[in-house]
Amino acid sequence: MPTKVMFLILKQLLEKPFTNPFPVKHAPKNVTELIEKVQKGEVQINPPVPVPEGFRGKLHYDPERCIGCRLCIMVCPADAMEWVPELKKIRHYVSRCMFCALCVDVCPGKKFPGEEKAVKALSMSEEFLLADYDKYSDNLIEEPPEAKEKGI
Amino acid sequence: MAKSTYYIPVGPIHPALKEPIRVEAEVEGEKIVKVDVKRGFAHRGIEYMGMKRNAIQTLYLSERICGICSISHPYAFVITAEKALGIEAPPRAQYIRTIIAELERIHSHILWLGVIAHEMGFDTLLFWTWKGREKVLDLLEFITGNRINYSMYMIGGARRDLKEKHIRAIKDAIDYYWKFTEHMKEIFLSDPVYKARTRNVAKVSKDIALKLNLVGPIARAAGIRMDVRQDMPYDAYADIDVRAVVPQDIVGEVYGDAYDVTMVRIYEIEQSLDIIEYCVDNLPEGKILAIPNYVALLAKIRRTKGEAIGAHEAPRGEVIHYLKFDGRDGPSVWKVIAPSYNNINSWGPLLIGAEVADIPIVVAYIDPCMCCNDRVAVVKTKDGNELGYTEIRKKCLEKTEKIRRELK
Ligand code: SF4
Ligand code: SF4
Repeated sequence: MPTKVMFLILKQLLEKPFTNPFPVKHAPKNVTELIEKVQKGEVQINPPVPVPEGFRGKLHYDPERCIGCRLCIMVCPADAMEWVPELKKIRHYVSRCMFCALCVDVCPGKKFPGEEKAVKALSMSEEFLLADYDKYSDNLIEEPPEAKEKGI
Repeated sequence: MAKSTYYIPVGPIHPALKEPIRVEAEVEGEKIVKVDVKRGFAHRGIEYMGMKRNAIQTLYLSERICGICSISHPYAFVITAEKALGIEAPPRAQYIRTIIAELERIHSHILWLGVIAHEMGFDTLLFWTWKGREKVLDLLEFITGNRINYSMYMIGGARRDLKEKHIRAIKDAIDYYWKFTEHMKEIFLSDPVYKARTRNVAKVSKDIALKLNLVGPIARAAGIRMDVRQDMPYDAYADIDVRAVVPQDIVGEVYGDAYDVTMVRIYEIEQSLDIIEYCVDNLPEGKILAIPNYVALLAKIRRTKGEAIGAHEAPRGEVIHYLKFDGRDGPSVWKVIAPSYNNINSWGPLLIGAEVADIPIVVAYIDPCMCCNDRVAVVKTKDGNELGYTEIRKKCLEKTEKIRRELK
């Protein structure tokens, strides 16, 4: 006896896959080889699904705008912010962050001469591909450049 | 005498379970004669962590109690905190919160429909339902900024406003889901295979449901008219006359089995669509936060003393939070009761007498969430006695002493 589900199955067979095949259509046999090919331009990477406006991705920190008020440390639920007393700035560990954007909400930011409104030191970017082998890699720590130079 | 019963352990890590829990069944042939359910594998001590942080941090910690209903715990938390602190959220924020909570119910129910199909070995249905679920996840991502863990609520309001484009997207999704639920009714409820596999399986009578304290769709499928949104309305639910969805209103008779649970869940999606439609059409104007400044909010919490109990109807049943504030900027006591805790109680009675092939359905039909329900871990000594507070404290001190000696 044919049922609705059977029609559904047949229909599904004819349809294109719903999933976005990211980064390539089929799982590669050798990932390193694939990366090399992509670098040489032999293989095209299928882009991820675009994120919508207002997406909460990796936190971006602009030390120039930071006034050192420590409000972000106070609200951060994951303790992803660290106070750098020597510079009176903060250091942000992306691997601890849970992308709640509370720190962005509280950050007062700084007004440069000639500007009408203060601009926040913290903002959410659209970057979300953050996988890494090392949780302390450069990509996963946002800090003032002086901190790295002086090794604080 | 020949051995007639066999022992089948399922879990804590098992392909049929998505989260750690252990079901030990003794079978005689195909029949299950004895069951034991062991839980407590996912206890993380979240409540204790919350009592060390300030209230805003704890609110976002509560979002991490559950991976699927990531707004149910914050919802119960904000309701409780607002009651305890005497803050009232502006009407617009109340409506926005209701919309988000109902969108979450839609995605959670569709998730469950896929899971139950998968447990029956019906994987085409799983992928088809989850394909339909993408739309509401995309919508939530568009409104809140993330697919899961929306970070949308704040004590005394909501953090993001709904703009014109969001409302358009919501209306779009509502149209889509009216069609989709019609489709689901045909595919799930009128399918003979699905019916044969779920009718009279995991059957809960009204008596048992009341005795075991079952909550949410499971209790409603057994014919009990209970729903926090109906019994203790909060936020926008107070303006909408929400009625519990029970099978006797839909088809006129109650079985209380997995088939009825499916029916209740599909009709609840429609109810959610109605609620969202009402909220979107009657969205009040105004601000969205009672105290927009978080520093001022924390200062107010520090000044206020109070305690309260609050509940929210999560997709799986009622979530209850208890909070007590006394002079700190965070809760000094925080207690969470999640619906799966009550619902898992039904496994024992339901599995006895059932067949081995029914285990996945009985386990999945309540949509269990282990990380929600593991609120306590009981430690036992070798001879089976429970370790009390004094012994555990003594052991902690011994361990600290040992580490200290090693570090020297
Ligand atoms: S986004 Fe949230 S978790 Fe991440 S640093 Fe900011 S406050 Fe902390
Ligand atoms: S990042 Fe913003 S909130 Fe954090 S210390 Fe700097 S100015 Fe204050």
